[in-house]
Amino acid sequence: MIRGLMKSSPDMRLSGQSTPADKTDAPQSVAGAELLLSMVEAQWANRNGNTMELAPKAQQELEKIQQQLARLESLPKNPEQGSAQVAAQSDETQQQIQQLNERISVLRKELEEFRGAWYKTELARHPQRPYTLDYIERIFTGWSEIHGDRGFGDDPAIVCGMARFHDEDVMVIGHQKARDTKQKVYRNFGYAHPEGYRKALRAMKIAEKFGRPIFTFVDTPGAYPGLGAEERGQAEAIARNLREMPRLHVPILTVITGEGGSGGALAVAVADRVLMMENSVYSVISPEGCASIMWRDATKKELAAEALHITAPHLMELGCIDEIVEEPEGGAHTDHEKAAALLDSALQKHLATLKVLPIPSLLDSRYKKFRNMAQFFKTNV
Amino acid sequence: MTWFKRQSGELANSGEKKVRTEGLWVKCESCRQIIWKKDLEENLNVCPKCDKHFRVDARTRLAQLLDDGQYELFDTDLVSTDPLKFVDLKAYASRLKQAQKDTGLNDAVLNARGKLNGRPVIVSAMEYAFIGGSMGAVVGETITRAIEQAVESKTPILIVSASGGARMMEGVISLMQLAKISAALARLDEAKVPYISILTDPTTGGVTASFAMLGDLNIAEPGALIGFAGPRVIEQTIRQKLPQGFQRSEFLLEHGMLDAVVPRKQLKPYVARALDFMAGPVGTSAN
Repeated sequence: MIRGLMKSSPDMRLSGQSTPADKTDAPQSVAGAELLLSMVEAQWANRNGNTMELAPKAQQELEKIQQQLARLESLPKNPEQGSAQVAAQSDETQQQIQQLNERISVLRKELEEFRGAWYKTELARHPQRPYTLDYIERIFTGWSEIHGDRGFGDDPAIVCGMARFHDEDVMVIGHQKARDTKQKVYRNFGYAHPEGYRKALRAMKIAEKFGRPIFTFVDTPGAYPGLGAEERGQAEAIARNLREMPRLHVPILTVITGEGGSGGALAVAVADRVLMMENSVYSVISPEGCASIMWRDATKKELAAEALHITAPHLMELGCIDEIVEEPEGGAHTDHEKAAALLDSALQKHLATLKVLPIPSLLDSRYKKFRNMAQFFKTNV
Repeated sequence: MTWFKRQSGELANSGEKKVRTEGLWVKCESCRQIIWKKDLEENLNVCPKCDKHFRVDARTRLAQLLDDGQYELFDTDLVSTDPLKFVDLKAYASRLKQAQKDTGLNDAVLNARGKLNGRPVIVSAMEYAFIGGSMGAVVGETITRAIEQAVESKTPILIVSASGGARMMEGVISLMQLAKISAALARLDEAKVPYISILTDPTTGGVTASFAMLGDLNIAEPGALIGFAGPRVIEQTIRQKLPQGFQRSEFLLEHGMLDAVVPRKQLKPYVARALDFMAGPVGTSAN
């Protein structure tokens, strides 16, 4: 096993704390990392159908090797010695690290591809993945939240508020998940109730009235399937949003940041531009739900995830989204700042193209976009 | 030794004497009475004893709603292309073929033009027997075309829902049909053409969460299961038994989600009355 090999590896300092000795031993540590990487590569090359087990482990190992390389790279380059020889050596090390990182990238891509749609689902649900408020904090300024649907209550699973996007006033709406238990319960794990969708529509109408663009961030397992939700008209709340969004007289931009869970996602995603983060998923039903209905076995979730075509490239291929937004290597959870920056520039680009359109043609193209989407039928002869 | 012995061969089997009772009688699931099928049909497939509303297929529905049972079908020739090449325990392609064979339809909806008490109307009637009346690209497109026809010809439209929701085997394609139909309904709304949504047993999932709840009037047949999530999913989520009558028409009426619960026999007069209100008496409006 890889893990076993790693433990017996000659250079144990690799996984240890950064000590002064690391500085002088840098080349040797790089060699150690290279050895480990070669082992992972070899294991993967000789996988012989043992893939299901091997792929996640290999991914973990890659993660570790890369962390070690990052640590080596961040070490000071022996400024106190300063001799030409050391500098050259350090340059060489940097180059080696660079090469190793490239090899890791290649292997990681291959592993990710192999692990497919279920792995993407796991990434999309990753607890460290940036949530709506994380993006708002990094992309917008002047965030000022607004609450309540004016009918029943306020739903913390959807946040709405005024904000500035590069000095322009906009309305931001998004599902909000949370990380610790108390907050998770407060946010209902991102499952919105009817009052959430009604609050969202109310916010959108305010934006329309004052001519402000609307940004929506989608990250929900779905609309909440509970007693109160049914009593208060979950279906009606979603349906109404679906009818009203196509005719809002302002540009609407949507990003699927994590889970795009069926009607609960679509209810805030009828937009002029729908973007998907690289590792997000968008589906009519969760893989688990589909597996338990179609396979009568919830453990067939991997098969279901694959069959449902829920990843960003699939959605792009089916013509249901406009762009895939790149994430930092390994996923948005590894670097919130970078993920937000990448999303920011995509949003800027799309908003600019929408703002130049006169409202009637904006509405017309939004209508046509959804009217002509997902046309998968033929005429029977 | 037997006392009597058959002299020669088997008894002659005269097929004419067979009494065929199969399919002549139906047992009501609700009151468990045995009903003569003809009686049931004459009573619009409503149990004459307990008023249980049996499910009816799309053709019967059209015949019941439209004058003299006369109607003209349109846009019935679309078939799914199985965009995801979906295979679970069985291939979607073969499920489609089976459903087409069983129902004689191409997919889970029929569009028709006809008259309702003399007024021209467009009706989209869903067929529950076709993969649970689920909505994929074909159902989405067919209903959207019916709505577009209604806008174009300023003809009132009725959509009769009977569906388990979006069709899983078409994945996100079926989800997008919700947006497509709802966008078309926004245009219908702006054109001020009447739309009456008729919810029948069962109407759940993506169908409820789109066009079924967007009528100028949403009316339902008695005792129909109507909801967003299915009862089993809700039970699993909240981990308790659901109250009696939860998600039935009367429950939704009580919670303000429906305009009326109308028994099948009064459905046609009720719709006619509503259309009089919305479009004026027959012959006076653009129709």
